[in-house]
Amino acid sequence: MTNRLQIYVLIVAFVWLLILPFVGSRYSVELATQILIFGLLATSLNILVGYLGAASFGHAAFFAIGGYACAYFLTTLALPLVVSMVGAVLLTAAASLVIGFFCVRLNEIYFSMLTLAFSMLIWAIALKWKSVTGGDDGFVGVAVPEFLGNYFTFFLFTLGVVSVSIIVLMIIGNSTMGRVFIAIRENQTRASFLGVNVRRMQLIAFVIAGTFAGVAGTLLALYVRGMYPETAFWSQSGHVLIMVLLGGMHAFIGPLLGASVLTLLEVTIGQYTEYWQVFVGVVLVIVVLAAPEGIYGLVRSVSKRIGGRQDDDA
Amino acid sequence: MMMLEVENATKMFGGFVAVNKVNLTVAEGETHAIIGPNGAGKTTLFNVVSGLITPEEGSVTFRGKKLNKMRPHDIVNVGMARSFQRVNIFPRKTVFENVQVALLVHAKLHFNPFRQAAKLYHDEGMELLALVNLEDEADRRAGELAYGRQKQLELAVALAANPKLLLLDEPTAGMSISETKASIALINEIVEKRNLTLLFTEHDMNVVFEIADRISVLHHGEIIATGLPDEVRDNEEVKRIYLGKE
Repeated sequence: MTNRLQIYVLIVAFVWLLILPFVGSRYSVELATQILIFGLLATSLNILVGYLGAASFGHAAFFAIGGYACAYFLTTLALPLVVSMVGAVLLTAAASLVIGFFCVRLNEIYFSMLTLAFSMLIWAIALKWKSVTGGDDGFVGVAVPEFLGNYFTFFLFTLGVVSVSIIVLMIIGNSTMGRVFIAIRENQTRASFLGVNVRRMQLIAFVIAGTFAGVAGTLLALYVRGMYPETAFWSQSGHVLIMVLLGGMHAFIGPLLGASVLTLLEVTIGQYTEYWQVFVGVVLVIVVLAAPEGIYGLVRSVSKRIGGRQDDDA
Repeated sequence: MMMLEVENATKMFGGFVAVNKVNLTVAEGETHAIIGPNGAGKTTLFNVVSGLITPEEGSVTFRGKKLNKMRPHDIVNVGMARSFQRVNIFPRKTVFENVQVALLVHAKLHFNPFRQAAKLYHDEGMELLALVNLEDEADRRAGELAYGRQKQLELAVALAANPKLLLLDEPTAGMSISETKASIALINEIVEKRNLTLLFTEHDMNVVFEIADRISVLHHGEIIATGLPDEVRDNEEVKRIYLGKE
């Protein structure tokens, strides 16, 4: 039920975004590009946080790996765009397989700490491996192909890549595999006594989440035309985690909502004061206390009170 | 062929010997009860058999296959399912979703990221729920059910794996006398209908003597008697320790 509602919301949002570049200002289109990229990153993280019930504090690592790899393939190796992006995503998948192999051996806070540790390792590599990453100065001047050179086409390209990724993630979320992720979140012991190899499923979820974070990373590298070590820093991971919590981790579109609202809050309040982070912080505290299921949960409980009858999905 | 053979199993927690050199055999089609007071080691023995904990010594053989070092999910996949003394279900999911996820795991669909789950196994799930008289509760959250009904749901979830051997740890714990009677009748009926081998632990003697083919008595981690209900009932040591009468 709610699921259908979410699909309607996504379709409406998609159509609106399709019209936006023809009617909106350059500023609004670039803002929408940024929201799409972070929306995909947050949605990929939610496979771990919302579905599997494992809070990763190091998701930015895969965002950065995807971005740096794409920048390197495209610029240093001068490979074609498609090859660079696919190659970068595959590399990110491989990295998440290796890192996930260790992380899923631990549970709860220990899992979170290990993801954090690995992401700081990736950050350190980005900072120190100067010949590949450009080090502290960042990877500057990504060779973005001509046809993506203006904000208009780049937005449509981003919309296309993000939409396809979101559809795939939604299919995975509603699949039999997604159901088992949720079962693991709800009760690990029972899941294993159904015949589920819990560790293996956790690793699969970890790789799916990392891979799509890599997709978002390639888009970031193209959008910014550069990559910087801060992308892998723990504060970036926290930023995405906040998007997930703000929007609502138990709904598929929650992280997309969270990414939109947080980004808009940041830029709007940022126009009025340099202390915008304080205000964003206050908003977050209110949301977490008043609506533990995020904005999506808040909207749902309001609509329930008005009279609609809806069920849980994730 | 023996369904289950436990040989010389020993499990220690620190210096405490929870299960001490236990030997136990359960034949195919048998309903076998393990009795003993709290702390006798019944649940530990169950955890050893179902792979949740590894014994220090001894072995568990299931249908001729050694289960040493096998993990719970492997053991489920060779045909053994269990329930827990404290209800162990997915409380925030609906009653139907509880059995549905069990069915799709049994069909190995958890490796399929594309097959949409929503409408899958509707009939099979409802059939299982009907078996434990829960078909009217299909859309309720499992955690909202009365305790006894949650135990029935857990039974349905265990049955979804289509086991040969069913392990029920205190299936009537926390139930009223009438609930106990009803659920024992139900378990007995299901075991016969599905041709299951049943190993269960129980504290209520009446229940045990009613349905068990054979009984083993566990005391301080050791099996002190095993045999037909009448033999166990007449065993002097058992009388002295457990029945406490005569």
